[in-house]
Amino acid sequence: MIPGEFDYHSPQTLAEAISLLVEHGDEAKILAGGQSLIPAMRFRLALPGTLIDINRIDGLSYLREENGHLLIGAMTRESALEESDIVQSKYHLLADAAAVIADPLVRNLATVGGNIAHSDPANDHPAVMLAYGATVMAAGPNGTRRIAIDDFFTDLFENSLEENEILTEIRIPTPAAGTGGAYLKLERKVGDYAISAAAVQLTMSGGTCTAARIGLTNVSPVPMRAKNAEQALVGQTLTDDVIEAAGQAAAAECDPSQDLRGSVAYKRDLTRVMVKRTIRKAMERAN
Amino acid sequence: MQITITVNGTTHTRDVEPRTLLVDFLRDHLGLTGTNIGCDTSQCGACTIHMDSQSVKSCTVLAVQADGADLTTIEGLANGSLHPMQQAFWDNHGLQCGYCTPGMIMSATKLVEGNPGISEAEIRHGLEGNICRCTGYQNIVKAVQQAAGEMGGD
Amino acid sequence: MSKYMGKAVKRVEDPRFIQGRGKYVANLKLANMGHAAIKRSPFAHAKINGVDASAAKALDGVIAVYTGQDLQAAGVGSLPCGFNPPGIVTAPHMPLAVDKVRHVGDGVAVVIANDIYTAYDALDLIEVDYEPLPAVVDAKKATAADAPQVHDEIPNNTSFHWPLGESDTVMGAMNESDHVVELDFINQRLIPNAMEPRACVAEWNAFTEEMTVWTSSQNPHLIRLLMSMATLGIPENRLRVISPDVGGGFGSKIFHYPEEVIVPWCSKQLGQPVKWVSTRSEAFVTDAHGRDHVTTAKLGVNNDGTFTALHVQTWANMGAYLSTFAPMIPTALYITLFSGLYKIPHIFGESWGTMTNTVPVDAYRGAGRPEASYLLERLIDIAARDLNMDPIELRRKNFIQPDEFPYQTPVAMVYDSGDYDQLFDKAMEVSGYNEMIEERDRARQEGRLVGIGVSGCIEASGAGPSKVVTSLGAGVGLWEHGLVRVHPTGKISVLTGTHAHGQGHETTFAQLVADELGVPMDDIEIVHGDTSKTPFGLGTYASRSAAVGGTAIMKSCEKIREKMKAIAAYQLEAAVEDMVYDQENGTIHVQGSPDRSKTFVDISVAALMGHIPDDMEPSLEEATFFDPPNFTFPNSAHIAMVEVDKESGEISLLKYAAVDDVGNVINPMIVEGQLQGGIVQGVGQALLEHGIYDEDGQLLTGTFLDYAMPRADDVPMSALGRIEIPSPSNPLGVKGAGEMGTIAGTPTVANAVMDALHPLGVRHVDIPHTAAAIHGAIQSASVSAD
Repeated sequence: MIPGEFDYHSPQTLAEAISLLVEHGDEAKILAGGQSLIPAMRFRLALPGTLIDINRIDGLSYLREENGHLLIGAMTRESALEESDIVQSKYHLLADAAAVIADPLVRNLATVGGNIAHSDPANDHPAVMLAYGATVMAAGPNGTRRIAIDDFFTDLFENSLEENEILTEIRIPTPAAGTGGAYLKLERKVGDYAISAAAVQLTMSGGTCTAARIGLTNVSPVPMRAKNAEQALVGQTLTDDVIEAAGQAAAAECDPSQDLRGSVAYKRDLTRVMVKRTIRKAMERAN
Repeated sequence: MQITITVNGTTHTRDVEPRTLLVDFLRDHLGLTGTNIGCDTSQCGACTIHMDSQSVKSCTVLAVQADGADLTTIEGLANGSLHPMQQAFWDNHGLQCGYCTPGMIMSATKLVEGNPGISEAEIRHGLEGNICRCTGYQNIVKAVQQAAGEMGGD
Repeated sequence: MSKYMGKAVKRVEDPRFIQGRGKYVANLKLANMGHAAIKRSPFAHAKINGVDASAAKALDGVIAVYTGQDLQAAGVGSLPCGFNPPGIVTAPHMPLAVDKVRHVGDGVAVVIANDIYTAYDALDLIEVDYEPLPAVVDAKKATAADAPQVHDEIPNNTSFHWPLGESDTVMGAMNESDHVVELDFINQRLIPNAMEPRACVAEWNAFTEEMTVWTSSQNPHLIRLLMSMATLGIPENRLRVISPDVGGGFGSKIFHYPEEVIVPWCSKQLGQPVKWVSTRSEAFVTDAHGRDHVTTAKLGVNNDGTFTALHVQTWANMGAYLSTFAPMIPTALYITLFSGLYKIPHIFGESWGTMTNTVPVDAYRGAGRPEASYLLERLIDIAARDLNMDPIELRRKNFIQPDEFPYQTPVAMVYDSGDYDQLFDKAMEVSGYNEMIEERDRARQEGRLVGIGVSGCIEASGAGPSKVVTSLGAGVGLWEHGLVRVHPTGKISVLTGTHAHGQGHETTFAQLVADELGVPMDDIEIVHGDTSKTPFGLGTYASRSAAVGGTAIMKSCEKIREKMKAIAAYQLEAAVEDMVYDQENGTIHVQGSPDRSKTFVDISVAALMGHIPDDMEPSLEEATFFDPPNFTFPNSAHIAMVEVDKESGEISLLKYAAVDDVGNVINPMIVEGQLQGGIVQGVGQALLEHGIYDEDGQLLTGTFLDYAMPRADDVPMSALGRIEIPSPSNPLGVKGAGEMGTIAGTPTVANAVMDALHPLGVRHVDIPHTAAAIHGAIQSASVSAD
């Protein structure tokens, strides 16, 4: 099928894009990679009257470290994460996720910013960014502002960006020494959404966990942190029992729905399993 | 609106509705029917082409997004003689009905460029975005391995 | 010593496909073509109280909108069911629904517009006043007294009941057995999903009063016959049906579909060509689905492992309408294979074909035989466990022996040839079975869930003997036609009624003819897929093309050789009996005097010039209609190893080995390609695929995102082996390789997963064995263990 009709704009600058957003309000949608938006438009689940293509704006695609952070331009393609030495060597949690988002062809066009702005709990980046404690940079008519990732996802497909704001960058704190991260996803088949996936970032000191952030994919209506699971780890020596307790906590606090990928009970138990495995992998990398 | 796209070395200027999908532009407006449509949820990869040297699914790109871009479709892969990947698919019986083949070949070509030592696992992982219902993938993997060796490192 | 037969010749088809020059129907562009889109029901069952197309018609660029009522008023006929067993009750199937829709996807109206985007826009503007009705989706539940009725004409939603075997003695034998394995299980609904969505273009030529239809079909002649006889009434000789390149079928492109009626009718109505191309979402709710059986089965076994009796009851989902061959799948292609590779003295099977508010179900790769094999191989697997016998040993105890062929089974089929012990010997060798067992046992010691699965399968292919199939209820015989035409310059055209859609006939048939006549392959063209170019044929499915179509071609080549010998004799003034046709070089010489010879072209020119015996007709063209005396019976032994993750239920397919007897082989590369592709589809059914309907008749798996099919890294390289035991059913000795992989793949992998779970006491889990399903089984097992 094909999309409904729309007006198309291809601004050359961010300012232009923002003023178009201001002008068209909720009739407008931003076109970044298009890998989620275009399929939705083809099924007429999304019917924007105006499409603002931000692919021609210079300076939105970059990967660089600065001031203790990895700065990812919103238009950075997923495949760039796979090809980046910095990401592959220092940001393992991100690298893990990049390899399992959709499929390699989609990753050539799909953008990190788009993945996050779409705010779909089934997408992989939200959980990753929650685990990193990332910061979102948004640009609007009143300038730029920061949004802590914990404040970013508000509801299914909804976030705290204003209607006239564009997500321009995401910042990941560079993991300190003794920090390790991992992302593990179980899908029915390649290219599918996760049945359940876990993003874990741990800081270890000796055998004790001093910090933990855990993000979960596709087991809640809003991308979520498994805070109870995190608390089960912090300050503890990570024995098998402790890890199991964290897994169980995550299973209990998530809120999956029954669908083709499995029952609620299955998804909860699988979350327990995935969280445990991801914790172990993060631990390995922390050392 | 008017767009200018270079496809297989020839530049075309056309008027299109913004909602025109790139695959429909190629097939219906330019008559390049080598690129096939196999699904409508961006899963199957039959529509894979090269856009600015990257493999993309042309069903999930608007023609207007490709304004100014440089595209290669299956029709433009051979250069007087068959591209090593095309030859390899032929040599190894890497196709049966042929419908997924253009997309598979385009995808595989970028996958192995500059990677003569690509492993079987990497090939299978790299072709995850292309579905074949006929071959069971075994001969496709063999074909890609052969082509990878011949295309050498750049 | 053959030059081409048995050789892995590269395909002559490939150059066009690898360069993007495949001639798929969707690529066809005709001047002044209208583009059609079909408005489809979002409800599984509803009355149509009205269709308001006024807004659609008013849209700029829309040429016309037609409804079911328009077509019915114009006398367009119901889509026929081509297989009618005794006692079958049928109901009409109008190409566009008139007063009721009966499945999600049922067509209600057609829009024709100047371009396809406008047509899609117009669809949204058509308003249909539906009055939803309750729906039924389960094959067995449809027969309940209070189930919603899909058709008034078909009471209890039961179209037919088909029993075969000895109902009176089988239960007695069962009760006397030492042990009975009972199993209730499903064979889940699958969606074929050939990569090319269906398409149809029609052009009514008012000047010549001829209709040309291009349609992606596996059998254009059959479509022409049905269009002429049943749906459109266009005289057969004024109707041309062309299936150019077809992008996969797997059975789903055999049937006469509504769009093949709607599009030509619109073309004639409008006086312009019309094109329709299915979208993938549309294909999910219109292309015939496969399988969908609910079964209760019992196998009687004695303690020494001998099988004594088999009793099976199956409710087979027909869907909302009887598709062209649907009733044949759970009957003549299913129950007749219940003997498997085994001697089972007493067999009784019966099936009911039931109507539900789902997409019609018909043949899908294997068509009835995968269902029969899965049934037998699961029962036997459970029996092996119950008796604590090695699964291969148990099967061997019951094999039909090589000297017992032709073997009359208790269920009508007479098997042609085979050596099942040799088959399994080779499978054990190719797979390294003993090492696999050790590896599994070691893994079990470590607490890992590793399993080995085995299956022995057989199918009836090379369909088929006309008298047999028509006596069972088919409306057509299953002979095939092959015409060999030698042109004056010695080039050859071969016209066949089969139609490849990936099987490489342009290559394999050319190999055959090249060896038969001793000419270069390059001099031979294979013509198929056009009813104006080739005489009547029955198409490609049921692994019949080489066995039946190839034989027809071969026999025509024999006739050509005989005629050429006679012409050469005349020219050389020798006796015909003294002439030798040298098949290696394509020359004819006098026995004992090789210098007295004629070349192939000498004779083809002579035939043109009339330099032939007085009582002989000029030209070199021979045709054969071959009606096989029997089906052929390819068979297989496949072995697989899997590991199940205890915590997540995830399954990894570690190894797969397949040994098949497909008889003689024309092109081993193509045969292996068929087996490999088939195996992956079989694995797909075992682990991934399921066409799922909810209670309201909504198809939950309606896109490639939701319906999981295997991708490149879901399957490992398979080890393939073959034994070749020629079939006496045709002079080529071929059995057919198109379906065997699919038939065997499913029970092999399913049995492997069950073996992996065996230490937990799990007896059976219905396929597909998704991680969720296996996780559930593991959980239940630990609960009951506590």
